[in-house]
Amino acid sequence: MSSSRSIQVSNGSYTHLAAEVLAMAKRGGATEADVVIADGENLSVQIRLGAVDRLSKAREKRLGLRVFVGTRSATTSTSDFSPESLNRLVTETCTLAKAVVEDPVSGLPSAEHMAKEQPDLDLYDETKLETDKQIDLAKRAEAAAMAMDERITNSEGADFDSSSGRVVLGNSHGFVGEYRSSSYSLAVSPVAVDPVSGAMQRDAWYEVQRKFSKMGTPESIGIEAARRAVRRLGARKVATKRVPVVFDQETAGSLLGNLCSAASGYSLYKGASFLTGQLGKQLAPEYVTVYDDGRMLGGLGSRPFDGEGLSTRKNTIVEQGILKSYLLDTYSGRKLGLASTGNASRSVGESPSVGPTNFYLVPGTKSPEDIIKTVKDGLYVTELIGFGINMVTGDYSRGAGGFWIENGELAYPVEEITIAGNLKQMFKDIEIIGSDLVFRGRITSPTIKIAEMMVAGN
Amino acid sequence: MGQLIPLDSFGVTERDLVGALGRVKVRDVDYADLYFESCISESVSMEESLVKRATKSISQGVGVRATAGEKTGFAYSDELTKKDLELAADTARYIASSPVGTQPVPAPVHARPSRDLYPVSQGQVEVATADRVTLLNQIDAEARRYDPRIKNVMASFNTEYKVIMVATSDGTLIGDVQPLSRLQVTCIAEEQGNRQIGSFGGGGRIGFEFYRERNRYLDYAREAARIAILNLSAVDAPAGVMPVVLGGGWPGILLHEAIGHGLEADFNRKKTSAFSTLLGKRVASDVCTIVDDGTLPGRRGSLNMDDEGTSTSRTTLIEKGILRGYITDKLNARLMGIPVTGNGRRESYQSIVLPRMTNTFMLAGQSAPEDIIKSVRKGLYAVSFGGGQVDITNGKFVFSASEAYLIEDGKITKPVKGATLIGSGPEILTKVSMVGHDLKLDEGIGTCGKEGQSVPVGVGLPTIRIDEITVGGTQAG
Repeated sequence: MSSSRSIQVSNGSYTHLAAEVLAMAKRGGATEADVVIADGENLSVQIRLGAVDRLSKAREKRLGLRVFVGTRSATTSTSDFSPESLNRLVTETCTLAKAVVEDPVSGLPSAEHMAKEQPDLDLYDETKLETDKQIDLAKRAEAAAMAMDERITNSEGADFDSSSGRVVLGNSHGFVGEYRSSSYSLAVSPVAVDPVSGAMQRDAWYEVQRKFSKMGTPESIGIEAARRAVRRLGARKVATKRVPVVFDQETAGSLLGNLCSAASGYSLYKGASFLTGQLGKQLAPEYVTVYDDGRMLGGLGSRPFDGEGLSTRKNTIVEQGILKSYLLDTYSGRKLGLASTGNASRSVGESPSVGPTNFYLVPGTKSPEDIIKTVKDGLYVTELIGFGINMVTGDYSRGAGGFWIENGELAYPVEEITIAGNLKQMFKDIEIIGSDLVFRGRITSPTIKIAEMMVAGN
Repeated sequence: MGQLIPLDSFGVTERDLVGALGRVKVRDVDYADLYFESCISESVSMEESLVKRATKSISQGVGVRATAGEKTGFAYSDELTKKDLELAADTARYIASSPVGTQPVPAPVHARPSRDLYPVSQGQVEVATADRVTLLNQIDAEARRYDPRIKNVMASFNTEYKVIMVATSDGTLIGDVQPLSRLQVTCIAEEQGNRQIGSFGGGGRIGFEFYRERNRYLDYAREAARIAILNLSAVDAPAGVMPVVLGGGWPGILLHEAIGHGLEADFNRKKTSAFSTLLGKRVASDVCTIVDDGTLPGRRGSLNMDDEGTSTSRTTLIEKGILRGYITDKLNARLMGIPVTGNGRRESYQSIVLPRMTNTFMLAGQSAPEDIIKSVRKGLYAVSFGGGQVDITNGKFVFSASEAYLIEDGKITKPVKGATLIGSGPEILTKVSMVGHDLKLDEGIGTCGKEGQSVPVGVGLPTIRIDEITVGGTQAG
């Protein structure tokens, strides 16, 4: 292998760099290879009690290489793009690959399956915010939270982050793809103090957008954060009992996240998911439909091609309650005898895994208020903490906070309780789906009501 | 003594350092530092009896930080040229917006840590991939030999070799070499459609030979298999308030979640912790003494120095039930007027310093562990946990048992699954009525997350009795 070749590294030449590294890999003995190059810049400011608390700025870049020597494979990454470093990386990757065993299903996707078109999904906004502008936006959000209620007396701060970056993926089939993306986010965490007991409650609200122009006013985020913190004051425990449980958008989203993990091809072929063997079976009532849509314009999880260079698409995961598809990349698909669903996700230094794009539960027709009205005695969950989920069995037991529902109304805040059940049963027990779907992240859900769960408290 | 890290291992000169520090430490900046880091991490993993994944990652960079009053300015770069250092310095000092200082930054005194808690050479960490492959294959065979109901074994071996160097505006230049490794085994057992999982592992700032000593790696395999098989016969956890006995070692995660995070200085300076007003007050029963100790040889949470160059120490957090101290970094110690405890840690050059725990544990008490179990008529005995989480502000924490049993009439009876414990940090330790003489530290697998940064930590606990805590199972009691 020659180490004298020079590599031009400048803006706009990452596709060239990817081709160079692929050629080096081939000379080093790789039969197939792919390269991911990602770079980005980030500016983040944190305001606390009206003053700048933290300001951070960075540019970074990273190159990841995956090689196959026959059916043996290894993955490496580096932030050093000098020719010497890249030469060393290629050599080490090939050596590493030769040290592991043959894995008959490993390898790139077939050449004919590579993405042929790369649509512009409206993921990039070239707006560069000045530091002082971001400081001002964060200050306005926090000030609105502090002014909303006199019980808001402290703050964990308000953060405004902006970042943009680009991803280049190339492989030895000759595929080269590139896209840019950006994101703007604002989060506020006020602290409310109970004037009588002195007990504190913190809550937060946030917004994330790919386009700056889509951001709501900072005041609207601050006011919602304050409303959420204040309403938790006076929270108490409740008696242990089995009751209906309504999950708000945020906590319902976390349940959908559990479904997404369980539908991941890697969990499935290892037998580490409660959805093993469930394809084609009734998972939930017929009014439950779940999509994963990688092509939603401006979507937080959208991308024109996946982590292996396959086209993204809209996949139906659950249709009328029946599990229709898993989330798969090439490897996990081959393990299960299925085709990739275009869900390869790739962090630069790792071999592909599976991840959602825009994963959501199709909304129903009832407003959250109408759903709460159907509950005589039960729990409205707005917060979940802890990791009490066994993905193999579906056993579920997490710390929860929210409100007790009495005769269809939110009666008082509750905390220091747990909710427990089994995810398989919980999905079957989805009784009502709300109309309030809002895309606030990659995995989203409207409000949902589950017929019954065990609530543990006093 | 730790090692002296040569400047040229980062390709910088003393002149570059002083130049960048002088540039960042303008008049109104109280303190500035440059943190250089290079890290090589490697991982080999096995599943389905095949060692089929190997990864290696190399990263290097510098983080430049300035603090002024309560403000922190920060920038980082993966290029280490003079120009990149200056650019980062200009960003970091933006928070101060003040003229240059009149005092020049002192030339740094090149120092090394005063102790060496993990004298491990690079060669002991970066063993040949073939040796790791052999180790993982033997683990697979051992776990399957344990019981034919073990249907899949997943194991991974991860190592990290990190070299850091910190140059500060008060004239210190000090570095450390920080090896770290971890071996983790997960088994899936299956019997008549019932599938269960069991995990076990260990590690620390140690070399590869540690895992082979007394065939530790095979113990890990058998333990993971044992837990998976045990869970096949586990019954659903009870729900409600009851006495709980925690076994020694990893259940110390209770201290980490319920107490430790709430005693990190940043939350207390900002008065957003449930412990903010409790210094000198009773927060635990008088049998409880809890420390954070970064000075234990070879432990996963130990450090010769923290990421600001301060020697780590043993800090008493709770002494016989009374809250005694917080864990601090330089910024929060200065703002609060309390001692620096050597707990300023960062995940990497890309992250800012936060006060973080090292190894957090309760000191041994007087009770015999078997007497503690005998004292419970009806309750839960939890010996291993998955993860935990805390809400710092209201003090509520949860953690989830991965191996637990019912106690009935003073005897350990059936294994239970799916038990989550939930409680309130400032209250829970007041309900500890018995502390065993069997203090045990965990096996070395803990990773703590805070503000998106992960750092390795240790925990420890003797067997303890908690008189009442809410258990979140599915079965009404």
